[in-house]
Amino acid sequence: MHHFRLLPFVLALALIACDHVLPSAPDVDQTLDGPVDGLTQDEMRRFLAGDRAFNDQVFTVATGLGPVFVATSCGGCHAADGKGHPFSAVIRFGQSDTTGNPFASMGGPQLQYRAIPGFTPETLPPGAPHTTLVPPSNPGLGFLEALTDAQILAHADPSDADGDGVSGVPNYVRPRPYFIPMPHHLPVNGRYIGRLGKKAATIDLLQQTVTAYNQDIGITSTFEPIDPYTGLVNDPEVTDRSVADVVFYLQTLKAPTQRTPTDPSVMHGKDVFTAIGCATCHVPSYTTPRASVAALSEKQIFPYTDLLLHDMGPGLDDGYTEGSAQTNEWKTPALWGLGLAPASQGGRYFLLHDGRAHSIHDAIMWHGGEAARSKERYDALPAHDREDLLRFLESL
Amino acid sequence: MKFLLTCFVGSVLAALSLAAQADTSLFKRKHVDTTQQTAMNMDAVYNRPFLQMGTMPVSIGGYLEANYRYEGEQGISTGHSFQMQRLTLFFAAAIDPRIRFLTEIEFEGGGSEIAIEFASVDVTLADLCVLRGGILMNPIGAFNQNHDGPKWEFVDRPVSMTQLLPATWSNVGFGAYGKTFSNDWSFGYEAYLTNGFDESIIDNDLGRTSLVATKEQSSRFFGSSNGHPLLSAKVATRHQRVGEIGLSYMGGVYNQTTTEGVTIDQARRVDVVDVDVNVGIPSLDTRIIGEWAWVFVDVPSTYSQQYGSKQMGGYVDVVQPIYRGALFGFDKAVVNLSVRADYVDWNVGTFNETGDAIGDEMWAITAGVSFRPVAQTVFRINARMGRSTDLLGNPPLRSGGILVGFASYF
Repeated sequence: MHHFRLLPFVLALALIACDHVLPSAPDVDQTLDGPVDGLTQDEMRRFLAGDRAFNDQVFTVATGLGPVFVATSCGGCHAADGKGHPFSAVIRFGQSDTTGNPFASMGGPQLQYRAIPGFTPETLPPGAPHTTLVPPSNPGLGFLEALTDAQILAHADPSDADGDGVSGVPNYVRPRPYFIPMPHHLPVNGRYIGRLGKKAATIDLLQQTVTAYNQDIGITSTFEPIDPYTGLVNDPEVTDRSVADVVFYLQTLKAPTQRTPTDPSVMHGKDVFTAIGCATCHVPSYTTPRASVAALSEKQIFPYTDLLLHDMGPGLDDGYTEGSAQTNEWKTPALWGLGLAPASQGGRYFLLHDGRAHSIHDAIMWHGGEAARSKERYDALPAHDREDLLRFLESL
Repeated sequence: MKFLLTCFVGSVLAALSLAAQADTSLFKRKHVDTTQQTAMNMDAVYNRPFLQMGTMPVSIGGYLEANYRYEGEQGISTGHSFQMQRLTLFFAAAIDPRIRFLTEIEFEGGGSEIAIEFASVDVTLADLCVLRGGILMNPIGAFNQNHDGPKWEFVDRPVSMTQLLPATWSNVGFGAYGKTFSNDWSFGYEAYLTNGFDESIIDNDLGRTSLVATKEQSSRFFGSSNGHPLLSAKVATRHQRVGEIGLSYMGGVYNQTTTEGVTIDQARRVDVVDVDVNVGIPSLDTRIIGEWAWVFVDVPSTYSQQYGSKQMGGYVDVVQPIYRGALFGFDKAVVNLSVRADYVDWNVGTFNETGDAIGDEMWAITAGVSFRPVAQTVFRINARMGRSTDLLGNPPLRSGGILVGFASYF
């Protein structure tokens, strides 16, 4: 009996001992957050400052939240820098063709469907075409931003000259006033190739950052000074320094690392992936050009995307578009980090633009349009080939 | 404010010190059992050792807590850290046999934070009717009132009490309390109206519904944020050989509903229910102390679900003396083994979008060894492990650490 009384203490101590008191770090290939290798010490300080602004700064009424908004912080939409959850999905509305957004004066293009107490959130105007977009993951964005326009255009095939049924066009976007072109940019009629966002409607990470502050959180900046609630110019609610830190943070987030790349079934799955045509759009690798941040410069990356728009068929046509994209066109999403999606989506998959697919298989089966042929080949695969292909995708 | 407090404390200490130099034998130490064995939780503010100087009508007391911490999370250690947790001073005075004054002033972080946690005048009309006014510790649960470091076997306070409930939570207000006894049983009640919470409950940089956020607003000592009083009430009963159980409630409107006569929002309530237990198992010489709280907050439906409308959490401490007797020259030393389980769910519910459970919760296990050379002094070594999940319920962050510290009344 007297020994029994020590049981709670012994059990607790055993439990703690199993955890080694100070828990070890998760394996590098199991996480999406963290800096790219090779940052200098001063770059690492900028990364950490951006990390804090991105993940720790929760906006309040006093610091400018809303009054209408979608999220209260950057990290609120991008948990652990991974793919987002339907809870933090954004709804965009108004534009159904390339001529512009007739609902822009009615709160478009983004619906701020939450509001601080005492205020009324926006509602969809009657008849407005709209789409729901689950936030994308962040890792590796700096590498994609660093790619030259020529590298993207090398995979474009607007008229399907090679007859494989896959075209691929860039989304040419009118730049915001603060956009600073890089020497590699190849504009057409004053429009530049977009490469970020589900429709590739965003040119670079500065635009992505200040637009998200503005449209997602209701935070004005010197770059995007119009308050989405009043429609009037407002004082900056986030400093230029914070914006710069967040941009640098996003630029220098490491690229996801493939797990078990030498597993025979994963290697076989990769071969199947190429054989059935997936790699035509999900282009496996690039080498980045020389970049101002040495850690991003001349590196081979494996994002599995061509950053181009493709007709994905009527099943994924939800009647809304951005830039020069059609309503049925979506940018090929990068597949790196795909297998880690459940670790940022609450333990489940929410794939495709609106999170409708709850498994990689489901996501593949939603493919149509230019991807219909590859989907049919996938559907016809023997079971073991299909399993290996899925295992390969989960390893990314 | 800081200056005035420092002057006040300094003056009292200087006066007592000078008197003591005249004749130290005049100091009388009022010994009490501070190890949670006898008195009711509501008596905690008086159930402390006090020093009385001769015939001076003022008694003083206090305690000191200092710690060493070695902690980490997900493989990242914060290194070695020494912490001056808090220095707390008590001053009590009997103005009349039935009128008492008591205050508790806390210095945290080496004096970077100074707070009057308690400052009241109690007027006894009858055992069951003692009027109390001033800065009160709201009687929500047991820990909020009975939180002195030397009474506990753990270096840290329970997470549920400091990050779910805002211990130490005190406010300006008035009310009454009373006790009655029958054989081994005692029964007590408390009921107060005080200033309350404000909108920072759901508008804070923690990104979650947080009663603690209001604690940061010292303006509540100058006046109500919204003109609505907060009701705090508790009933408790104790059997001298078994222990105590308490049931408490705290609630009121937390938001500002009008400004300059104009209605700007509907009234939104915060309600807290708490159960606390403190029992002994005489056959095992084991003590079990626990508390569980439920928090209900009226959050606008158009606001973000990340601010939960329901929260809950609590802790259980099991304290097992393994040695009582002479040790290192102390005649009545005690060595305890102890275990604490902590749990908090800051957002009970499911996502509207998916129907999945909302995360934002934590649990922790702490094992400890404590050495009490005397009842008023405790040396503690704790090993702690914890898990916390984000709002979405993603894989938990793992944390842990070793904490060593002491706490002592003086």
